[in-house]
Order: sequence, then structure tokens, then C-alpha cells
Amino acid sequence: MTTSSKDAAPPLMGEGMIGSGIEGGLGDQIRGWWQRVRSGDMGALPAIGGLVVLGALFSILSPFFLTERNFANLMNQAATLVMLGIALVFVLLLGEIDLSAGVTGGVAMALFVVLNAQFGVPWPLALLIGFAVGFGTGALIGFFVARVGIPSFVVTLGLFLGYQGLALLIIGDGGLYRLQVPELVAIQNSNMPVWAGWALLAVMLLISGGTSWWDRRRRTRAGVPNRTITVVWIKLAALAVIGGVVVYVLNQNRGQSVVAVEGVPVIVPIVLTVLWLGTFLLDRTKFGRYIYAIGGNKEAARRSGVKVRLVMWWAFVICSTLAVLSALFSVARVGSVDATVGREIVLSGVAAAVVGGVSLFGGRGRLVHAAIGALVIAVITNGLGLLGLPAGINLLVTGGVLILAATVDALSRLRSGGGSRV
Amino acid sequence: MPDPIIELVGVKKSFGPVSVLKGIDLRVYPGKVTALVGDNGAGKSTLIKGLAGVQPYDQGEVLIDGVHRDLTTPREASALGIEVVYQDLALCDNLDIVQNMFLGREELSFGTFDEGRMEKEASDTLRSLSVRTVKSVRQRVSSLSGGQRQTVAIARAVLKKARVVILDEPTAALGVAQTEQVLNLVRRLSEQGVAVVLISHNLADVFEVADDVAVLYLGQLVAQVEVSQTTRDDVVGYITGTKTPPGFTVQETSTIATGGAE
Repeated sequence: MTTSSKDAAPPLMGEGMIGSGIEGGLGDQIRGWWQRVRSGDMGALPAIGGLVVLGALFSILSPFFLTERNFANLMNQAATLVMLGIALVFVLLLGEIDLSAGVTGGVAMALFVVLNAQFGVPWPLALLIGFAVGFGTGALIGFFVARVGIPSFVVTLGLFLGYQGLALLIIGDGGLYRLQVPELVAIQNSNMPVWAGWALLAVMLLISGGTSWWDRRRRTRAGVPNRTITVVWIKLAALAVIGGVVVYVLNQNRGQSVVAVEGVPVIVPIVLTVLWLGTFLLDRTKFGRYIYAIGGNKEAARRSGVKVRLVMWWAFVICSTLAVLSALFSVARVGSVDATVGREIVLSGVAAAVVGGVSLFGGRGRLVHAAIGALVIAVITNGLGLLGLPAGINLLVTGGVLILAATVDALSRLRSGGGSRV
Repeated sequence: MPDPIIELVGVKKSFGPVSVLKGIDLRVYPGKVTALVGDNGAGKSTLIKGLAGVQPYDQGEVLIDGVHRDLTTPREASALGIEVVYQDLALCDNLDIVQNMFLGREELSFGTFDEGRMEKEASDTLRSLSVRTVKSVRQRVSSLSGGQRQTVAIARAVLKKARVVILDEPTAALGVAQTEQVLNLVRRLSEQGVAVVLISHNLADVFEVADDVAVLYLGQLVAQVEVSQTTRDDVVGYITGTKTPPGFTVQETSTIATGGAE
């Protein structure tokens, strides 16, 4: 049967055979990957490229950029934005937005610090109340968006304004509280023992290899082909080499006095754990699949029996709760809480996700994309700071990178022909 | 002749003073393609919505396998094996074929997706329908042509073990070659013993693939005849109301007297 040009691709396999698209050796894998990239499915590739270029550029321009100290510093600097980007992906995938993510964290931190410092509430309880603020705020946004049907832009814009006022009322005008919980200060200001860094890498390799093995076993059992095993080895090798270099560098003594400062910053395993859990949720559970489905075609999801409202509600809850975690990272780094926590960062969080390759229209993107995008923005801030350029330049460059990333995305989509072609 | 899987007896539906279905008798048989034709406003959509459980009928009886059923929700219809493939195909562009076919009923083992088993069942289903135009079941739906999308939507219904598949204008937006693909698929469905209801404006398609043709005219079933027993001229006449089979009388559409159509 001959068909239109689009259907007329030569049959790869025997008559009536339908493939998985993953057959063939390493060469086929690379060709298939390249074809996906060329057809506009670039994922985080532009962001990774940007990261490399910026890293090289700043290494040349500043003698301080490529030092162990700055490298560790970058991890702590980026953590807040990485976590906020991860939080926002959950709602961006729905095609929604949460402009209040930053100030939600701000209000949560304000309440936490006032309860703890002024009213003597034990810090774990106060912190729990802070996270409850995040959960509750997400629940509220989710209710208005999913149930009442108000656009998330409007709901969260309202909260963005309202919560700035709330933070002011809680903390008082011009108020400033020092964070006096050593355990919390530690998450941004301490490092793991040298051996723990290597142990972390070993655990990551084990998890990565283990899930690959598990997936392949299930596919074999079902009688469908697996990707060639070489791909798994290459992935593990890449993880081992890159991770090994990172751990090695961070394990060097970067102290400037007699006290040794060494080890992977504690924040790294915390962020990686959230990233891994979130990715597991999005890739391997019904809830995650339904988030993508709703972002792709809400009506289709509804007709397939997906509880659209409930899934959306949970996505907003997760976003706001993780936003509180992001604010905690910020507060732990700065060491104090005032009424402006989280005011400015939210748009950088959205920018991080978009730079990393998450679509604002929903349905496309992964958590790790937002994390990489956040690293790009953090590197710009860090590098320009080292060069001693004024903050205005930083904002200009970040804005330029965002527009560049959006342009790359739009062009690649043009190239892939949209998809609504009949 | 086997027993009908669906039998409608005197089914009626009205919206306010306008009666849209005025007592329809329709029979749908397993392994047969029943075409449902009629001009715009003849009541095709209303008839289908009743079967899908989206919009229950006011009066009349629905017999499924000879048993009286009230189809009041899509879930009930689905549980009885009735699936509707709507014109706007309700697929998610950003998901691949397997993900779309299993959307809403993913298979799990140990709480996470069993992608291998889903992929196997999806490709087995497509293969059972002799689909040859799809290269990989892991293609995103956004990269598929209109005919391929229609194929995926139909395969989705088959995967749900549908016994009755209702296709709403499946070829309306397709080119010649893709129409041919979809019609082949319709044949394959009926060969598998599925009862297919094909709503179409295209009489060429109807005469090519249908066993039975049921013609609606202003809310009445003018005729349900075997395709081999009728001609295209007759069917066109029934659709436009210029011809009626012997013994058939046209009723008024509105209960408000207009003094017109007698």
C-alpha cells in the first residue's frame, strides 16, 4: 500500500513489523539521537552547550573562576535557584505558572523565623509549620486554578502581591532576624567528609546501573528489544568520570588558613535526592504521566479517565512545598530572614526552567533541564561577579540568555513542523 | 444473521420543543460495519451520544446483547465494551504511541510503569490490525500524520477490548491514501468480530466498507438496509428527503406547529 510522502518511509524491518525505535547497535543509537535533535527534540543540549561555553569564557577572563573554592561556592549559590526551578517544572509541565513560588517561600521562612526566634517554638516544629504554609498555599492555588477555573497567572499574581504584604506584617517593617539554628545554617555552610563524597558517587552509580538493569530485565521478560548494552556502559562511564572529577576537585583542601576546608558541600546530596525523587515521580508513576498528559491535551486526559483537577491540585502543592525548601536554602546561605525573601527570584526560576529546555506551553521538559538551566544562570551571576561587573550587567546578560534559549526552542520547533500537521 | 449486539427500540430525544430523535429503531451486529449517514442536523450525533452514555435518551429501549440497559455515563458504556473514537482524536501530542494507547490505564508492576509489557501489547494490537505505516511505537504522536493518528485512536479502542467501536467521521480530514488506510482498518476491526458503527458523510467510503447502511432524516430512521440491497441514488434520496421507502412518513420536527413539512 503506497501512502502519502510522510508515510512512505522505507520499511526498516520485515512486513508488518513495528519497532520500538531503539533497535540496532551503537551507530544506530547515535544516528537516532541525532535525528531526534535535528527534528527539534533538543532537551537540555543548548543549555549544556551554554554551560560549557560560559565556563570556558569565565575561566579565561577570571583567574578565580576555575578554583576549588569558587566551584564549591557555585554549588551553594546555585542551590536556591536549582530547587526553585525544579519546583516550577511541576506546574510549567501543566502549561500553568506559579508567580508566587518565591514569596510563598518568603512567607514560610518569615513565619518560621518569627515562631522560632520570637516565640521560642522548637525549630523542627517551626520549620514544619513553614512547610505547611507551602503545602497550604499550593492547595489554595490548586483549588482556584483547578476547581474554580481562574488562570494560574492571575491567582499567583494576586498571591505574589498579597504575600509580600503578609511577609511584611509577620516580620515587621525593616525587620531582620538572624537564623540561629546551627543545623539549618549547616545545610549551606558545611561539607561532607572526604569519604562520603566518594560514597555518594558510588550510590549514584549503583542506582543508575540498578534501574537500567531492572528496566532491561522487565523489557526482556515482556519480549521487547532493549537498547544495546553499550549505551548503559557509556552512561555509567560518563557519570563515573564527570562525578569523579567533581568529587575529586571538591575533596581538595580549599581553606585559606590552617583549618582544612574540604569535601562535597552538604547541599549537593540534598538537591540530588529531591531531583531523583521528583524525576522518579514524573517518569515512572501515573501521577507524573498524567501531568505530561494534561500539559499535552487536557481534554484527552479527561476523556481517558484522568482525574485532571486532582492531578493539577497536587502539582501546585508540590511546587509550593518545594519552593519553601528553595527559600530555606536561600535563608541558610544568607543567614538571616527579612521581608524581601523570595521577591525577586521567581522569574529567575522560570527563566532557569526555560533556559534548560522546559516548555512554557506545557507537556515538555524534565526536572534535570531546570536544574541545568539554573546552573547556567548561576554561572553567569558568579562569573560576572568575579569580574567585578555591576549587577546591571548581570541582569542584562541573564535576560539575553533567556531570549536566546527561547529563540533556539522556537526555531527547533519550527523545524520539527509543529506537529499539528495532518 | 447473528443476534444484534446493540438494539435500539423507539429511542427518542428532544431538546425543549425540538424533538431531535423521533423513535429510532437501529440494530448493530458483531462483525459488521453499520454506516450511519444523514445530513447535518439529522440526529447522528445525538444518537451516538446516547450510545456513548454522554447524553442519555428520553424514551425508548436500549438492548445490549438482548439485555435492557440504561446508558447514563460514559463509564457504563465503556464497561459494556462500547467505545467512541471522536472526530477530534483526543490524543496527547507530547506522548508517544504506547503512552497514548495506555493513557488512564497504565500497567504497573511494583508500583511503577511496566513499559515493556505496555509496549508489547501496543505493538501486538497494532499488528493484529495489520498496521504497517507506523515505524515505531515509541514515536511521539506529534510526528504522526492524520491517518496514523486515526489508527492510534482506533487501536486504543481495540486495546480496551471494545466490542462496539463507534467512529465519528474517521476520514473527514484525510487524503486519499490515508482514507484507504483507515478503511482497511475498519474492515480489519469487523473481521475481528467487532461491531463497527461508521458515521460518515462520504458515500464512497460507506459503499466501500459498510455492510449495512442506516439513513437518518430529520430525526427519523428512514431505512436500515444492506448495502448490497440498495444503490447510491436511493441513499442520497433518503438523506436529502427527496425519496422515501414505501410506507414511510415524515414527521414534523417541532411540536410547535409550523404548517410546513407534511
